[in-house]
Order: sequence, then structure tokens, then C-alpha cells
Amino acid sequence: MSVLLRTEGVHKSYGGVRALDTCTIEVDEGTVTGLIGPNGSGKTTLFNVITGYAKADAGEVYLADRRITNIAPDKVFALGIGRTFQLTRIFPSLTVMENMLVASQHHRTGARKRAIEQLEFVGIAGYHASLAGTLSYGQRKLLELAYVLVADPAIILLDEPAGGVNLSLVNHIAARIRELNAAGKTFLIVEHNMEFVMGLCQQVTVLDSGTVVAAGPPDIVRTDRRVLDAYLGEDIEDIEDTDEDPDPAEGT
Amino acid sequence: MTEQAMEPGTSTTARSILKIDGLVAGYGGGDVLRGVSLEVSEGGITCVVGPNGAGKSTLMATISGLLRPRLGSMMLDGQDLVGRSPRQVLQLGVVQVPQNHSLFRDMTVRENVELGGYILSDRALTARRLAAVFEVFPQLAGWAGQKAGSLSGGQQRLVEFARALMLEPRVLMLDEPSMGLAPKILRTVFDAIRRMNAAGTTILLVEQNARAGLRLSTHGIVMENGRVRLSGTGREVLENPEIGALYLGGVVSPG
Repeated sequence: MSVLLRTEGVHKSYGGVRALDTCTIEVDEGTVTGLIGPNGSGKTTLFNVITGYAKADAGEVYLADRRITNIAPDKVFALGIGRTFQLTRIFPSLTVMENMLVASQHHRTGARKRAIEQLEFVGIAGYHASLAGTLSYGQRKLLELAYVLVADPAIILLDEPAGGVNLSLVNHIAARIRELNAAGKTFLIVEHNMEFVMGLCQQVTVLDSGTVVAAGPPDIVRTDRRVLDAYLGEDIEDIEDTDEDPDPAEGT
Repeated sequence: MTEQAMEPGTSTTARSILKIDGLVAGYGGGDVLRGVSLEVSEGGITCVVGPNGAGKSTLMATISGLLRPRLGSMMLDGQDLVGRSPRQVLQLGVVQVPQNHSLFRDMTVRENVELGGYILSDRALTARRLAAVFEVFPQLAGWAGQKAGSLSGGQQRLVEFARALMLEPRVLMLDEPSMGLAPKILRTVFDAIRRMNAAGTTILLVEQNARAGLRLSTHGIVMENGRVRLSGTGREVLENPEIGALYLGGVVSPG
């Protein structure tokens, strides 16, 4: 199996906060790989760096053998990395079909036909003439998935696909991902719903404080002590003594 | 209220000041809390932990009156909190420090703390409370005249705590006080929680850092998927091997 997407020693800081610290991950072609970790561990920041929405301070991003570090989001998309967002990004005042056609701008011929196919695949073709803003939250997630699929990317990055949607829709989304994966599509998925991640992914990478603490098959990862430590936090007894005298001067 | 320090395991005789039974609540789409029952012991620190989406913050919002439950009861010392407005809940003595930093940055520390007593109509009482709060947090005296926005994140948390103490809460609710703070500063904040508790304040704490939160607390509760899955003394919960499975799914071997 070859590595389709990898990051190498990526660093990214916001102000004084280190969001990614020597972050190195690999996604094998043809896998569904999960990216998990406690809140604030850097998952979405890593997505942003990979897709060009944030600039890495150091380190590299490769798609197959091509270096794609810090190139613009539209170029990343054109090179074959599709992505959804934690909070869906659609055009609410355009119809569902119009949203789909925006995604097809690089491949105009047969765009409408492909759009309908993808809407049918995710199960919202019946809404093609509705304004996207009138869709439910779950339907918006499906629209975003269809929107990404229409460009036929080599790898799809999903940011919390199961977040905030009901159980039957979670199962529906998981089934669609399985079907696409069976046909060879590669996925990298950020998700907090552990049942979803552990049931769907062949590989799981765990981030804590911006760095990888474990990577492997779900059953290995979820029994890894370091993963548990990442989720349960640092015991107060283990935090070294601080002489931080709360002095306002240092806070300015 | 007594000032005794409660050792984990010795607090079972303590009276429950807040009793929640069968609470069901959510936002539009579906229920986030699916029948939550728990008790908060007077004079203790009760810590609620659990993975993302377990319903911890929703529980706080429901107790505070920001979210009306569909079912269930919440009794504060015999008075039902269900159906009361946030202001009424506050007047009954349940005070919440929110997760996000909430000080008025351009006002001084003293002004921010005083604002905590805005529902008090008696100026003399406000002054007495302010003095009492400064006694719990002596370091505040040094910052009193500074703008709150000039303080570090950890210092701002202390000011938020002080502001909440102005109402002499019967239950002080802290929503993830460690959020966004460096580990070293975490210790300062947790010391402050201990100090408020030692001064007699009953605390209901929601904490993302489960280990640190449970270690600090007399009582621990693990929520998962809208329900209470484990409860006991802080130490019992901390040492229960099932806690890992609740966070990561499957079975996690202890050790």
C-alpha cells in the first residue's frame, strides 16, 4: 500500500500557542483513516494546513510524491484533496443544484448530470431545486459531501461528519463512506464519535498537543495507554510545581 | 456551612443540596441529556467529566435556567428549579462561571468583581461581600485597580471566580475552568477552586482534564452520551478502569 497523503514535521503556532508541533502523519491510499484527539489537540489545524487554509510555520505536506506545502486552497482542491468543514460551508441563497454547479466549475461538461448523480448517491436529489439555506443541518452535511464528491478528489478530508446529526443519519453517512471506500476512495476523518471512528476506520492517528501520540488499527490505538492519557488529561499531582506568582505585569 | 476539608470517601454522610432526577433536555434536533440523575453534596466538590458531546455543558445550561428541560426534576434544597428564569436561579443561589472568558476587559478588576453583586440592592452588603471575597483571594487586592483585560488567562479566571462569590452561592458551577490554560496555570486555578471550597462553597465542576478534576473532587461523575455512566468518590471514579472505555469505546485494560 502506498502513502497518498503525508505531513512531515509540521509546526504551526497561533500567537504564543503551539497548535501543531512536529506533526507527522501518513494516510495510506485506499484506507479510511481517523484523526482523533482531545479538544484543542490540533486536528482541525492540521486539516487547515493540509488544505491551504493555514500556513505551516515549518514542515512539509505531500500528496503522493508531490510537495503541496502552503499552496492556495483552490489549488489543493484542484490537485485532488476534497474537504468538508465542521460547520458546513454552503451558499444558503443558492439552490442545492447551483451549489453543486459551483463545485463543478473546473469540469463543466456534464456537470448537471454528475451533480444529480452525487445528490442521488447521498440521498438529497429530491431537494435539488430548494434553496440550500432551507436544508436541515444534516442535509447540509450531505450536500457538502456531494459537493466534494463531484470533483472526484483522490482523497477526502471530513471534519466531524457525524457531529450534531441524528443516529440514522450518522449510519447513512457511514454507509456512504464505506461504499466509496470499497470503490477505492481514500478518506481522512476527524470525528469525536468514537463508535463511528472505531467502526469505520482501518487506521487511526491520535493527536495530543499538536503531535502524534499513537497510530495504528483501532483496536491497538484504543488500548494504548498514551491515548488514554491524552483524553483524561494530566494529573494535577504530575504537574510540576510552579512559582507563577500571579503578577499582572507578565500578563500584558 | 462547615469549613472542614472533605477527604474523598468520608463525604457520604454529607447532605445533598442539589438533586437532579431523570433530566431530559436538548436543542431542537434531539435530546442531549437522556435521563440524567445525580446529587451534589453540600460542602463538597462534585466533578462531572466525560467525552465530547456527553452533555456536560448542556447539563450546566439546564441547571442555570438557560435551557428548559423536557422532563425531570432539579431540586435545590427542596425548591424546584425547573421552569425558573436564569435570574431566578441566580437569586436562589446557583451561580455559574461560564467556559469562555467573560470579564469586561476595559473595566477594572474591582469593578468586575463588584458587578457579580449586581442583583444585590444593599450597598453595605455589597461592600461586606467584596471584603469577604478579597479575603478568599488576597492577590486580587494587588490587581484591583488594573483593567481586567491586562491580566493573564489564569488571573482572569480568579477574577471570574471572585465575581461569582459575590452572591455567596449555595452551588457554584464552574464550566471547564482549565479550558485554554497552560498546565502550570491549571494548578493555580485548581488551587483557587480548593480555596473557595475550603471557605465553605459547594462546587459543581465540569472539567475536560478528567484526572486533575477528579483528583481535586470529593465526588466524581462520568457522563457519556447524555447519561451518567459512573459515579462515586473522585478517587473511585478516577481509578475505575471503565472510564477509558467510556472515552475511547471498547475495553481499556487498567494499568
